[in-house]
Amino acid sequence: MADQPTAFERFTQGILPENPVYRQLLGLCATLAVTNTMKGAMTMAGAVLFVLLCANVIISLIRNLLKPHLRIVIFTLTIATFVTIVDRFLAAYMYQMSKSLGPYIPLIIVNCIIICRCEVCASKQSVFTAASDAIGQSLGFALAMASIASVREILGTGMFFGFRVLPAAWPDWVIMVLPPGAFLTFGLLLGAINWVVAMKKAKG
Amino acid sequence: MNTSQQIMPDNNSRISNSFLVQAWLVLLLASFFGASLAGIQLTLAPKIEANKLNETLEKVPELILGADAAQVMKNTNQQMKIDQKFIEAGKKTYSVFQAKIDGQTAGWVAKASGQGYGDKIELLVGLNATAQTITGLFIIDQKETPGLGNNIVLPAWRNQFINKSTQQSLTAVKTKASAPNEINAITGATISSRSVCNIVNQTIDNLRQPLATAALDRQTPSDNQTNNSQTNNNQEKK
Repeated sequence: MADQPTAFERFTQGILPENPVYRQLLGLCATLAVTNTMKGAMTMAGAVLFVLLCANVIISLIRNLLKPHLRIVIFTLTIATFVTIVDRFLAAYMYQMSKSLGPYIPLIIVNCIIICRCEVCASKQSVFTAASDAIGQSLGFALAMASIASVREILGTGMFFGFRVLPAAWPDWVIMVLPPGAFLTFGLLLGAINWVVAMKKAKG
Repeated sequence: MNTSQQIMPDNNSRISNSFLVQAWLVLLLASFFGASLAGIQLTLAPKIEANKLNETLEKVPELILGADAAQVMKNTNQQMKIDQKFIEAGKKTYSVFQAKIDGQTAGWVAKASGQGYGDKIELLVGLNATAQTITGLFIIDQKETPGLGNNIVLPAWRNQFINKSTQQSLTAVKTKASAPNEINAITGATISSRSVCNIVNQTIDNLRQPLATAALDRQTPSDNQTNNSQTNNNQEKK
């Protein structure tokens, strides 16, 4: 059997080299949809962290009991449970946020970042490795969300986390907070990151 | 028959191939997760309901008076007294909010829910004091398709319901609405639009009569001729 990456490798890989959004291009529905404000993006990242961590730990604990043909059912079951917990929790304690995120919280159930981590890492490696993998991937996801959301919120509304950072004379680029802004920002950032990676490869 | 077959030599393989044995982990996890979710729902439900109630109470002035008048009222620090009541009608119990200004019924807001395209849609219907016209519509909770069905929450769409008469049931039409009881359906979300219309229609059918009488009952002792004439109107229409 090929060597599996260690816990530390899993953690660091998730942040940049295998960033779920920029390098794996997974979970883009949520990424594009909720990055118009920083607050929404960070709540989403927090929700993904909780769900991914819990799902990875549970799957890793029962990894020796999994049957190949039933594993996806179990992944989905576990993920759906934790997503429902997050959804109810937000509705109880962050009501306005839960309304503005709307269906995107329940949609974490089908977010392929999580099912991918269960499949690639948690169902094969120890609990500790699975947990650090979850944290690494979630940090990578949070980083990607933050990068897109900060561009969109600052250019679109002149604010950052709801505080004004650009002078009031700034003509809000409304398109940035609308769906097309998500595609523009994401496309340009993705291009920039690919360019940097290509440059590094050429040098190395 | 069954018992004799089970004592056959391939008993073991038969058992290990049965669905139940294959899926024991799935079943166990499902019941465990189900139980924990039930627990969480029980703990958090009161809090979520309280949040929704707060939002409802905040929305009542806007739903009855319209957004502008509600803002004026807020700025001038006028108070609207809101009483919650439960009215049983058409096999359902409706939570209804009676709004009063200076002791007079200003209007009603009824909470209703029904099946949408994705999940349950919960909404508030604002009605005038005699329940003759719709004064506002607000969607509290929905899980319709993002970008299509969830446009039912937008004011531009909801505001079509304002000033519609409660005498005719509303229909969502795909072409441009021309008749007074027609609502433009959202492109690509006809089912969501129809669902909202149906919920509104059903609520109005059930509540129009009880609300009209309740509003009059409250006013008769203190008030006089205007109300009596309204009573006559109602009876004529019926």
